[in-house]
Amino acid sequence: MEARKSVLKLTLITFGMFGFGFTLVPIYDIFCDITGLNGKVTGPTITSYDEELLTREVKITFVTSNNKRMPWSFKSSSPQMRVETGQDYLMDFTFTNTTDKPMIAQAVPSVSPGRGAKYFHKTECFCFEQQFLEAGESITIPVKFIIDPELPNDISSLALGYTLFDVTEEFANLQANK
Amino acid sequence: MSAVIDSHHDDHHHGPAKGISRWLYTTNHKDIGSMYLWFSLIMLFIGGAMAMVIRAELFEPGSQIVSPEFYNQMVTNHGLIMVFGVIMPAFVGFANWMIPMQIGAPDMALPRLNNLSFWILPVAFGILLSTFFMEGGAPNFGWTFYAPLSTEYAPPTVTFFIFSVHIMGASSIMGSINVITTILNMRAPGMTLMKMPLFVWSWFITAYLLIAVMPVLAGAVTMMLMDIHAGTSFFKAGGGGDPVLFQHIFWFFGHPEVYIMILPAFGIVSHIIETFSRKPIFGYSSMVYAIASIALLSFVVWAHHMFTVGMPIAGELFFMYSTMLIAIPTGVKVFNWLSTMFKGSLTFETPMLFAIAFVALFTIGGLSGIMLAIAPADFQYHDTYFVVAHFHYVLVPGALFSLLAGAYYWIPKWTGKMYDETLGKVHFWMSFLSVNLTFFPMHFVGLAGMPRRIPDYAMQFADWNMMVSVGAFLFGISQLLFLFIVLKCIYNGKEATNEVWEGAKNKGFEWTVDSPAPYHTFSSPPSLESLKTSS
Repeated sequence: MEARKSVLKLTLITFGMFGFGFTLVPIYDIFCDITGLNGKVTGPTITSYDEELLTREVKITFVTSNNKRMPWSFKSSSPQMRVETGQDYLMDFTFTNTTDKPMIAQAVPSVSPGRGAKYFHKTECFCFEQQFLEAGESITIPVKFIIDPELPNDISSLALGYTLFDVTEEFANLQANK
Repeated sequence: MSAVIDSHHDDHHHGPAKGISRWLYTTNHKDIGSMYLWFSLIMLFIGGAMAMVIRAELFEPGSQIVSPEFYNQMVTNHGLIMVFGVIMPAFVGFANWMIPMQIGAPDMALPRLNNLSFWILPVAFGILLSTFFMEGGAPNFGWTFYAPLSTEYAPPTVTFFIFSVHIMGASSIMGSINVITTILNMRAPGMTLMKMPLFVWSWFITAYLLIAVMPVLAGAVTMMLMDIHAGTSFFKAGGGGDPVLFQHIFWFFGHPEVYIMILPAFGIVSHIIETFSRKPIFGYSSMVYAIASIALLSFVVWAHHMFTVGMPIAGELFFMYSTMLIAIPTGVKVFNWLSTMFKGSLTFETPMLFAIAFVALFTIGGLSGIMLAIAPADFQYHDTYFVVAHFHYVLVPGALFSLLAGAYYWIPKWTGKMYDETLGKVHFWMSFLSVNLTFFPMHFVGLAGMPRRIPDYAMQFADWNMMVSVGAFLFGISQLLFLFIVLKCIYNGKEATNEVWEGAKNKGFEWTVDSPAPYHTFSSPPSLESLKTSS
C-alpha cells in the first residue's frame, strides 16, 4: 500500500532528524576545535618559542568559580598579571577542601575571548587531571603557560577561567567499573 | 438482530455522532479541522490577554502593575502560546479542512492519527498553563529558552515546559506525516503535483519542514532535560559543554520554524487574491519554486539570529548573504500577487482586504528583516524593540491576517452561512489601524535603543510606548469583534450559495460542493475536467 510506504519513510526521517539534533553536539565540538572558537582549549602543545619573534604585552585575568554544589574554596594567587608573549609564566592556584570528608575535584578551563583560545598554551595544568584532597586539606598548584606571539593584534587581554566540579561520585563509579 | 445491524449501519454512514463523543472520537477531517480552529482561537485570547498585561505594564515607565518576575512569565508564555498554540494549530486546522477538499479526497489519509494529533494539543497546553499555579511560577526565560537561563537558572517548572514542548512537537510531526501522506496518495485523478492548488503546495512543503526540524527541537529540550536531571553538560560551559551550542541547535529549528508559520499563509493569500481579482494566479510555477527555495534556504541561515555571539567574520558574511538571498524568492511572490491584481476586476470583500493588507504589511516586515540581516548593523538592532517590531509585522499582519482572511474566505463553505460583511469590514479597518499603531512605533524605540523583554524603560521612550499600548488594547478589542462575527455568522448568518464568491468559479473543488460542505465529501473522486467544463 502506497500510504503505508509514505508513513514509514516519513517516520524514518523524523527519527533521523532527532538523531541529527544530537550529532550536532560532536559536529559543533569538532568545528570549534578546528577553528578555535568559543574558548575551548586543549592539552599541552607548544613548549617554547624562538626568542627572535617580536613580543608584546598582554593582560591576563584569572577567574575561578565553583560549579553548583561544590563547596571547596578555589582561588588564584593574584587576579591578573601582565605578560610578554612567547615567555613562560606561572600562576598559583589554591584549592581547599572545606568539607569534613575526602573529595575529588576537577577544574574545567575556558578562555575568553574565544578567538584567543588557540593562542593560550598551557604547558602544565591541574585541569588535565583530577584532584584528590582529604577533609580540610589544602594544596597550591601552578599553571604554566605561554601566550603565542601569533596572538592577533587586536586582542590585548585574555581571561582564563576555571570552573571547579565535584567528581567524587563519578570517579568512584569509574573505579568500581574497572 | 437486524435492528442491531441497522443501527450500526446508521452510525457509520449518516453524519456525525451526537454529543461530546462526536468530538472525542471523531476521525472526520472537517470536525478535526474545526476543533483545531476553535482551539487556536481560544489560545489567541489567552496569549492575547498576556500581551495586554505586557502592554499595560509598559503603558508608562516605571513599575506599574506586575512584578518583573511575572512580567517575564508573561513575555515567555505569550510567545510560546502564540507560536505553538495559535499560528501553528490554526494552519493545521485550515490544512485539515481544505487539503482533502482541494485535492478531491474523502478525508485525510490517516484519520485516527489525525484525532490523536489534535487531542494531545490541549494536554500540552494544559501542562504549560498549569505551571502558573505551581511553586516557582511559569517558565520565565523567553520563548527561545536559551540555556543556561532555561537550565541552571530556570524555575523548577521547566520540566513541565519540556514535556509540553515534546507533546506539541509530537502533535506537529504526526499532523505533518498525515498531510504529506494525504497529498502524495489521495489526489483526484489527473491532479499532478504541478496542478495542485497553491495552499496544498504550501502545506506540502511546510509539512516537510516540520518533519525536518521539530525532531531537532525535541532533541534540544531533551538535552536540557538531561542537563537538569541527569548531570550531563550539553550546555554547561563548566562541564565542557557550550551554551552557544544551544543557540545553534535552537535556531537550526527556529529559522525553518518561522517559515512554517508563514508558508501556508502564502498559499491562503494566493487563493484569495486570485478569487477577488477574477484572474488565475500570476506565475503559478514560479510561486511553487519560490516556496520551495524559501524552504531550502531556511536551513542555512539560522545563525543570523545570533550574530552577536562572537562568530568568525567568514561565518557572519555567509549567514548575512544567505539570509539576503531569501529576499529574492519572497520578492517573486510579492510581485506575483501584485501582477495577479494588475488589471483584474477587483472587489474588496473582507477576505480581500485582509489579503491586500497582508501583502503590504508582510513586505514591511520583510524589509526590516533585510535590515536585521546586515551583520554589522545587527549589533545595534540585536535584542531591541526593532526586532520585536520586525517579527510582529511578519507574524501579526502577516500570519494572523492571512488566517483571518482565510477564515472569512472559507467560513461560508464551512458553515453554509455568510458572515456580516459590514461588521467584517469594521473588523478589518480596526485591526489594520491598530496593528500599525501597535507595531510601527516599535521600530522607532528599537532604533533608539529600547531593549526587549524588560518591564521598564527610559523616560524618552514614554510617548511611543503609550501609543503602542493604546494600539495593542484596540487590537485586542478588534479580535473580540471577530469572535462576535463568527458566532453571528454561525447562528444568524444568511444562507451562502455553493459558489459563495463570484470570482471563485472554477477556482477549486471546494467550491463545487454544497454550502455547508456535507459531512462526507468526494466519496468518489471528482475529475479535473469537471472544473474546466463548467465554465
